[in-house]
Amino acid sequence: MAINTDKNSYTIFFSVIMVLVVGSLLAGFASGLKPRILANERYEKQQNILYAMGVNNNEGPNDVEFITTDVVEDEFSKYITKQIVIEGDKETEDDQAYLIDIKKETNKAKKSDYTRRLPVFIGEIDGKEIYVIPVRGKGLWDAIWGFIAMDKTMTIQGVYFDHKGETPGLGAVINQRFFMDDFAGESFLLNDGSFGSIKVAKGNNDPKNLDKADQEVDALAGATITGDGLSAMLKKDVKMYVPYFKKLNQ
Amino acid sequence: MGLLSKKDSRLILDPLAENNPITIQVLGVCSALAITAQLKPSIVMAISVIFVLGVGNVLISLLRNIIPSKIRIIVQLIVVAALVIMVDQVLKAYAYSLSKELSVFIGLIITNCIIMGRFEAFALGNGPWRSFLDGVGNALGYGVILIIVGFFRELLGSGTLFGFKVLGDSVEKTGMYAIGYENNGFMVLPPMALIVVGIIIWVQRSRNNALIEEH
Repeated sequence: MAINTDKNSYTIFFSVIMVLVVGSLLAGFASGLKPRILANERYEKQQNILYAMGVNNNEGPNDVEFITTDVVEDEFSKYITKQIVIEGDKETEDDQAYLIDIKKETNKAKKSDYTRRLPVFIGEIDGKEIYVIPVRGKGLWDAIWGFIAMDKTMTIQGVYFDHKGETPGLGAVINQRFFMDDFAGESFLLNDGSFGSIKVAKGNNDPKNLDKADQEVDALAGATITGDGLSAMLKKDVKMYVPYFKKLNQ
Repeated sequence: MGLLSKKDSRLILDPLAENNPITIQVLGVCSALAITAQLKPSIVMAISVIFVLGVGNVLISLLRNIIPSKIRIIVQLIVVAALVIMVDQVLKAYAYSLSKELSVFIGLIITNCIIMGRFEAFALGNGPWRSFLDGVGNALGYGVILIIVGFFRELLGSGTLFGFKVLGDSVEKTGMYAIGYENNGFMVLPPMALIVVGIIIWVQRSRNNALIEEH
């Protein structure tokens, strides 16, 4: 081909065409796939909340299997009987509460005049009332988040943690059974009823986590900062719900 | 190989050993260190790079006569970035759980110097079919090293393969752990990946003297 590719005019022409082609291709891709991606994200939230409650498809001792996406919406409305949003002292029922974006709420709450909306998902499983709350914090590389299922006394029934970009094999294992299962049975409240949080602790000297009254779970090797981030996330986000649970127990 | 001429099959086979991108050209080491703590992400990363490098090489090769040489690096970057974004979006829509598992790795493909290296060194000067073979060959050579390193790091560091406890349970002290074996926690940290890659380079050069540079 006899095109002089060194000419400035050609370079500009080529760049313009390239930007147009690639830009519209990617825009088309993104908008074409958006509904599916949003639906996937919605299902995932429902799956996570149900997993924390103990509704899952786990078979082996190491499985983390959610219930499948085709039944998740029905199961979610079956198990989650009530969703409420706490704003200051006010509690309102809202069946879309699980769609509240915790990241956006955290950012908005930095302004002093904003009352943060705190969702709670109330469900029942085996005749026991369960309260699931979302948490979100920082790991080593990026965001970490999770859902915590508790009973009235803030004793953990189950958790689900996840992360955006923690190191594979190190911090990324916070979404594995051997870590998440350790939390069940631990309580956020101290014996005197005040908030004590739960720590991911090195030197806990209790690798199987048999001691449920120590407010500590065994840390992960090679993932100190992820573990510290998780401790900080629990301390900060669960604390906001303490007044709500106090009221429940009155 | 009946399907490929001798010259073409070299394009696939050379990068597997004699001209391996990681052990000989020492390219793409950054991602080889970052993601090889376990076997599964290593394999997935290898597959993703095979796709991106194969398709990218063909695209660059098709465009090679019309790309203005002044902005060719930018054009190459855009081709990689566009491909990676498309892969990411398609996975998010049709294989959500897989895309979650890959998370940052998909984005990391853009930074893999092997890709830009092959675009620049091969695809700009060769036809689409040969560029495709070269891309797949180099990605395979990269993948092989990734999988070897991932295998040893997961086995020695965590005592597992694909998450299965092949050496017994380290907490319950069963299997190998019953006779006093311990996991080497250092293996899961990035520096050990560099050492494992170093050992592979050493083994390879000691078996093939032709690879040793003269000084």
